[in-house]
Amino acid sequence: MSSKPVMNKRKRKRISPLKRGDYFWGYAMIAPTLIGLLVLYIWPSIQTFYFSLNTWKAFGNYEWGGLSNYKRILEDPDLITALKNTLIFSVLSVPLSIAIAIFVALLLNQKIKGLSIYRTLYFLPVVTIPAAIAMVWKWLYTAEYGLINYVLGIFSIEGPNWLTNPDLALYSIIIVSVWMQIGYYMIFFLSGLQGIPNSLYEAASIDGAGAVRKFFTITLPLLTPTIFFVTIISLIEALQVFDLIFMMIEPTSPAYQDTRTLVVLFFEQAFKMNDKGFASAIAILIFLLIFVVTIIQVKLQKKWVHYD
Amino acid sequence: MGKSASKKQTKKSNIIVHILLIIGALAMVGPFIWMLLTSIKTVGESTQVPPVIFPEEIQWENYTEIFTSLPFSSFYFNTIVMTGGILIGQLILCSMAGYAFARIDFPGRNGLFILFLSVLMIPPQAFLIPQFFLMESFGWLNTLQALIMPGLFSAFGTFLMRQFFMSLPKELEESARIDGCNHFQIFWRIMLPLAKPGLIALSITTVLFSWKSLMWPLIVNNSMEKMPLSAGLAYLKGQYVTDYPILMAGAVLALWPVIVIFIVLQRHFIEGITFTGSKG
Repeated sequence: MSSKPVMNKRKRKRISPLKRGDYFWGYAMIAPTLIGLLVLYIWPSIQTFYFSLNTWKAFGNYEWGGLSNYKRILEDPDLITALKNTLIFSVLSVPLSIAIAIFVALLLNQKIKGLSIYRTLYFLPVVTIPAAIAMVWKWLYTAEYGLINYVLGIFSIEGPNWLTNPDLALYSIIIVSVWMQIGYYMIFFLSGLQGIPNSLYEAASIDGAGAVRKFFTITLPLLTPTIFFVTIISLIEALQVFDLIFMMIEPTSPAYQDTRTLVVLFFEQAFKMNDKGFASAIAILIFLLIFVVTIIQVKLQKKWVHYD
Repeated sequence: MGKSASKKQTKKSNIIVHILLIIGALAMVGPFIWMLLTSIKTVGESTQVPPVIFPEEIQWENYTEIFTSLPFSSFYFNTIVMTGGILIGQLILCSMAGYAFARIDFPGRNGLFILFLSVLMIPPQAFLIPQFFLMESFGWLNTLQALIMPGLFSAFGTFLMRQFFMSLPKELEESARIDGCNHFQIFWRIMLPLAKPGLIALSITTVLFSWKSLMWPLIVNNSMEKMPLSAGLAYLKGQYVTDYPILMAGAVLALWPVIVIFIVLQRHFIEGITFTGSKG
């Protein structure tokens, strides 16, 4: 790299005007974004860490509190429930959406008519606003007048209280989240499938392999880099779920406690209860959670991801 | 004979594939259709069991009521200004920074690039509170600038554009350099026009992302006149708790622009997402 000559003072004088022009334009072109990121993202995240070490008082005053907010994280039952809800949500919604997305991608990766229409329809939930989708599903889930319970009733199944039953509400929201994500991940898997050379399948056919064996010996292994990528991005999203829950579950709902995730709790503490110190500690916890989960995945990838 | 048998088999399996795909497609589109149908019913019709599929008379009033009871046209205006502002800002700033990282040699480039990437690791919650204080100190709460400002700077967008510029051939700029162009001229006149697919990919992710953003608008703009659609829907929900025809009309009003844009620009959406996937 060209950074080496700069270290050497004697050579520095010999930087050609052309190079000096390069340096100028290099810095000038990244400067706006660099300054923006420093002021609005990097410095604020350091501030959040500082805030997490402070206790919030009335009228927005705060004073040094050391680790007291972190102690509260370990003890606060609300936080522990929120952590549990977040983990249940992530652990279920991510594999479910990935599995269904792969299945749909496999169906769409065949020579059949109407492919692009199917693809459009499956992708539709992706281009929407979660806030609006949440309202639509809340309506579908309504116990007495909801379409879902009506359809279940046709098969003489008594539909549950999808969103007000505390034992069920989180799972109902997971269904919506999976429904919203399938189309998005499907696109990645479709392009992953299209990258698998046809000759491999032909060779396997000659060896007499059936469809199932082809899937497990060719398709799935060659799809692992895509699965790895999608798992990383979808877990990061899932650990931060907010919009759907905020819009579907009122604070007065009997299921509120059992659907409140870490980010919902963060929002509540920061901007409703005005305990920005504790909220900052929750933010740091979310950061650490995402960081650790991502690192674990990167470490584990050698065990199952095939690169060639 | 063997051939025709296998042909029959593929025909049969094709029918199964179609049946599965149609069931799935119904599950995907059903909620939208039900939303549309509910939005033109009376409250009475919406709560009938068994459900009424088509209303006796189309209730356009549900839509007009939203516009009279909430400043819905401001919601549209704010969403468009917010999304447009962020989009234009990112297209200029991210492509400039992305080009510099991809094509210009300058001291400290790698270190700065790692700094940019580190921003991608931080979840939004970790900067929302200080960002809120910053907007407050500027006196920008309840303004459109507050909605736009943080969105202008994107580490992800910079990364995306860098990856794109790195994939372009170097010969073009070398000949331009011999002609005495500086890097900005090369970027502006030669590289940017070639970067159209990258810019489209960036536009799509940016528009989708800012159109649906909810938490930041809720935090900085609590005056209804300055809210975008998503936050406006949260208000609508508070006002018409169980009046589902009105709520569904609100959902339709918020959703149709993105859906129309998607249907018109479909191919670009799919390509754009595949691109971010292969580069991200």
